Amino acid sequence: MTNQWRRAAAVVAVAAMTLAACGTTPPAASSTPGASATVASKRGAGDDLKILYWQAPTILNAHLATGTKDSDAARLVTEPLASYGPDAKPLANGLAAEIPTVANGGVSADLLTVTWKLKQGVKWSDGTPFTADDVAFTFSLMADPKTAVSTSDAAEGVKSVVAKDANTVVVTYAAANPNIYQWGVGTCCYILQKKQFEAYQGEKLKDAPGNLKPIGTGPYVVDSFKSGDVVTYKMNDQFRDPNKPYFKSVTFKGGGDAPSAARAVFQTGDVDYAWNLQVEAGILKPMADTSSKGKLLTVYGSSVERILLNFADPSASLGDKRGEPDTKHPFFNGADGKIVRTALALATDRKTVAQQIYGDGLSGKPGCNIVTGVPDYESTATADFCSKFDTAAAGKMLDDAGWKLGSDNVRAKGGIKLSIVYQTTVNAVRQKTQDIMKKNWEAAGFKVELKSVPADVFFTNTSPDGANHFWADVEMFTNNSDPDFTNYLNGWTSKQATGKANNWNSANYNRYQNPAFDTIIDSLRSEKDPAKRATLFKQANDILILDVVIIPVVTRTQVTSGIANTLKNVVPTGWDSEMYAVQDFSK
Amino acid sequence: MAATDVEIARLPASVELKRPARSLWSDAWHQFRRHRLAMAGLFTFVTLVVFVLVGPLVYHTRIDNIDFTMSLKGPSPEHLFGTDDLGRDMLARAILGGRVSIAVGITSVLLAITLGLTIGALAGYFVKLDSPLMRLTDLFLSLPILPLLLVIVYLFRDSLRAAFGPELGIFLMIVGVIGILNWMPVARLVRASFLSLKQKEFVEAARAVGDPDSRIIMKHIIPNVLSPVLVAATIGVGGAILTESTLSFLGLGFPSDTPTWGRLLFDAKDYIDIAPHWAFFPGFLIFLTVLSINYVGDGLRDALDPRKTS
Amino acid sequence: MGRYVLRRLLIAIPTLIVISFVVYAILALAPTDPLASFGADPRVPPEVRERIRESLGLNQPWHVRYVKWVIAIAHLDFGYSFMSRSPVMDLIWQRLPNTLAVVGVAYIIGVLLAVPIGMISAVKRYSVFDHLSTTFAFIGFSVPTFFTGLLLIIIFSVKLHWLPFIYDSTLKVTSLSTLGDQIRQSIMPITVLALFDTATIARYTRAEMLEHLPLDYVRTARAKGLKERLVVLRHVLRNSLIPVVTLVALGIPAVFGGAIVTEQIFRVPGIGELLVRSIGQGDTPVVAAILLIFATLVVLFNLLADVLYGVLDPRIRYS
Repeated sequence: MTNQWRRAAAVVAVAAMTLAACGTTPPAASSTPGASATVASKRGAGDDLKILYWQAPTILNAHLATGTKDSDAARLVTEPLASYGPDAKPLANGLAAEIPTVANGGVSADLLTVTWKLKQGVKWSDGTPFTADDVAFTFSLMADPKTAVSTSDAAEGVKSVVAKDANTVVVTYAAANPNIYQWGVGTCCYILQKKQFEAYQGEKLKDAPGNLKPIGTGPYVVDSFKSGDVVTYKMNDQFRDPNKPYFKSVTFKGGGDAPSAARAVFQTGDVDYAWNLQVEAGILKPMADTSSKGKLLTVYGSSVERILLNFADPSASLGDKRGEPDTKHPFFNGADGKIVRTALALATDRKTVAQQIYGDGLSGKPGCNIVTGVPDYESTATADFCSKFDTAAAGKMLDDAGWKLGSDNVRAKGGIKLSIVYQTTVNAVRQKTQDIMKKNWEAAGFKVELKSVPADVFFTNTSPDGANHFWADVEMFTNNSDPDFTNYLNGWTSKQATGKANNWNSANYNRYQNPAFDTIIDSLRSEKDPAKRATLFKQANDILILDVVIIPVVTRTQVTSGIANTLKNVVPTGWDSEMYAVQDFSK
Repeated sequence: MAATDVEIARLPASVELKRPARSLWSDAWHQFRRHRLAMAGLFTFVTLVVFVLVGPLVYHTRIDNIDFTMSLKGPSPEHLFGTDDLGRDMLARAILGGRVSIAVGITSVLLAITLGLTIGALAGYFVKLDSPLMRLTDLFLSLPILPLLLVIVYLFRDSLRAAFGPELGIFLMIVGVIGILNWMPVARLVRASFLSLKQKEFVEAARAVGDPDSRIIMKHIIPNVLSPVLVAATIGVGGAILTESTLSFLGLGFPSDTPTWGRLLFDAKDYIDIAPHWAFFPGFLIFLTVLSINYVGDGLRDALDPRKTS
Repeated sequence: MGRYVLRRLLIAIPTLIVISFVVYAILALAPTDPLASFGADPRVPPEVRERIRESLGLNQPWHVRYVKWVIAIAHLDFGYSFMSRSPVMDLIWQRLPNTLAVVGVAYIIGVLLAVPIGMISAVKRYSVFDHLSTTFAFIGFSVPTFFTGLLLIIIFSVKLHWLPFIYDSTLKVTSLSTLGDQIRQSIMPITVLALFDTATIARYTRAEMLEHLPLDYVRTARAKGLKERLVVLRHVLRNSLIPVVTLVALGIPAVFGGAIVTEQIFRVPGIGELLVRSIGQGDTPVVAAILLIFATLVVLFNLLADVLYGVLDPRIRYS
């Protein structure tokens, strides 16, 4: 058991090292061979890097971030110990000198402690030395409930983070933790300067001036910041790599919408990097294909556009009991529940949606699994189930179970009609997906009423139109996971069933309750063997798919950005901030 | 003919002139008929209404025929208005979309005008009512529209749906919302004209003769404030048709698969350089509707102007 | 008159308190929440969400928050934004210049163009000029700003490469060339907005002038031998201005409120953009502050309009 784990960890370490090497010597990556190497790696050789996000950053302390835009804008300045690379494994391009593993002795065999060796001679942008104290301090901010930081979940179950010496940090977990990089890697754990934040611990953190102008170790420093509009950065003269960053300055502009951001990178060339161009293939494809100025940059992560089926009864007539976990959906969770759910999945045309709306691999491919993106965890048991699309067969399946077509072309049995309210956020891509689904589901004998809600309202826990209340029969949105899927899958356990009792804050919107599934998640909390973990992930995935709790529609690209043709050394990852290697960007 | 009579009679429903109506109306109709642009406007408007009402009975193509092989095709004999990105027939969608758009446009503007005219007239004529009614107007002008709409959905959608069914319920809510959020400028305009007009000689004269307030307001002053009201109405119809489409983005309007002209225009916007026909037809239909109503309004104003009867 | 204005100003205070209460109630009832931006992110579990909500003071009932807010406002403290943790007034001040430079300028241009256009249209009714301006006006009413804006971008930025369409708020006008840049970047949003403003106000001016042109006093003035130009400008225009003044007074607070759609299309970081985003994110301190300022402007400019009526038509008296 432990042997296997060791071997896997060694693979991780090797992969991480290779990738780290690629990261520090940019031209070794695929795009630019030969001589251009020296040009690309000269500090300050380039002018201004123009980045466009259609959501504007409002705060530059990633721990108080309310979205990707904040966290990404902060990443140019502050860094974690290590990043998650494209292969979902840690990459030492941050403050850590190497990725600790069991093999190199950095991780204890009992999976309780992780010892991080930090890079030597790193300085903050104000010239003071960066030490292990800063790391320990950052942890104390995250772990303090009074600071109310949004990243605090990463500190959950961490007993301590201690500075052993100036360049060594020891992370100790309260219990053996198979998710050994939980604290320190990726977007959760950007390291803040102790000096800048020391006076602002606890509740005072929100008043810290550093939230708007953090001092960091990253390649750039904040020059000016207009909250909700634009951040300008200068290069950090203290940056540890003397050849980086390439650009003298960066302009990080926010606002507008995705289609016009696509125009700015593909058609006018006004920007070098346009973030998250999740627009319909009908618009995106012609723009990207005919562009002489820019190209699409994509990579898959764990993002899946999925349809959730409600296991509770959302009927308004229930009053206070509406949608509570102890109610049963009239046809998704009745005696024929599985048949009706399966019929719905059978009448779901993922292929057309993936081809027509997501451009056949442009920004998504037909999806079958909810646990996806990490090859070891990817289940193959579901492929057969998902490859079928047949509205007639779906109709027959219902017919056989006694759901007969009425004069209104809607199937019914015992006075219960297969009438569905299908909700999602307001978004052209989703509305088109809804149109296609409705057509096919109605062909199978369902009646479908579409509903779309603004995204802000959709994700408000107190909103009756929201995903959390789920006062509809099916709903659709995208979500994604960390490289370790335990917490993500935890969102379908019985305990997490959302309802009045938990103020609709919990993650199990489906109100799916299956003890067998709960047991798998429990085992994942303690299972140390990577191979067994992989099996457990697959089992959990297969239950959710084959029991038709969710219908994955499309596996979406995690990064869907447009970059100027001249921009080089941009290697996207699906598991960390898009700006995880911004120091390497060059022209 | 009968149909057109109904159309005219419906527009100034709020004006409700009393006893001598018959002669005044026939007189107005006489005047109106001589106004060539007004007649052209009326003809166009009636044609549009017939187009959306009778259209589906004649033109049988479904609005939800998804066919990706026909995606974004320009106008052709098979699809006169072309197709959208899902290959759906735009003519069928424009016809059905017009029903909602014209109905919402006209009804909500009538509601806004009625409210605005009533409140403005009362405030402008009765000194005691002026301050409270105008402070109420200030309040409504200051209301944050977006959160207000969200609250309205939150509070009323389910009960309206339950009471009137999904379609009529949503229709009533949209009309109510647009009407309630747009009466304030009309009220301020009407009040301002009232303040000025009520000091004029002809009003003094009517008062001297002993006309009651209601008669003075209805018969003497209102016909003289119609001009800005009609402008507000014609501008309002276009505004209401477009507002309806934005409401559906707040989850307040019709479901996303119900076509309306405003919605079609919005869906088409990012395809404007790839498939301009998609945006052109709904945009042009809105334009025609608003312009024809404008000329009808123009003619109506002239026809109702007592001084112009020569 | 002085007493009338004073009394109205005194009434304004309770009016604003009532308005602010209603507004706050609406904000409290609206189903938006600062935590919504996390979506269904499993990295932000329920306990963390509750903790953040508590740190923002959202666990208190809304009427308590309202009273606290009113007391703070009385001390001119508008509070901190939930999203950026910076003072609300800083955010507003940061954005006001952009709003004025785009929405304000567009409005001034709109009014300045509209009155003469409306006037000529009325005097030369059904002339080519009148028909042209009518057609343009109605294109303006039937095509929404999101559409005209995009059309301009495609023509002038994408096809011709003449104008930038991403507004740069860091640009400081210090020289002729930066002034040129400022004009280049604001010309499209200004055009979109001015088109709509011009169309609206011109229609009202035209209609009101048409109402007055056939009146007796105009005939009298003409009979006296006054030049047509003078008759129109001095007599008809002045008497036709009451609705225009009403509209312009209603429009100025709206300038402060910003142009939500246009600001978004051209990425102008104005107040409208701030407002609509803050509403979506349930950033109550920002929303409440902007709306309170907006309400104050509504009250003040409607008062100003009332005063101007008296100037334009001396027979209007206030008691």
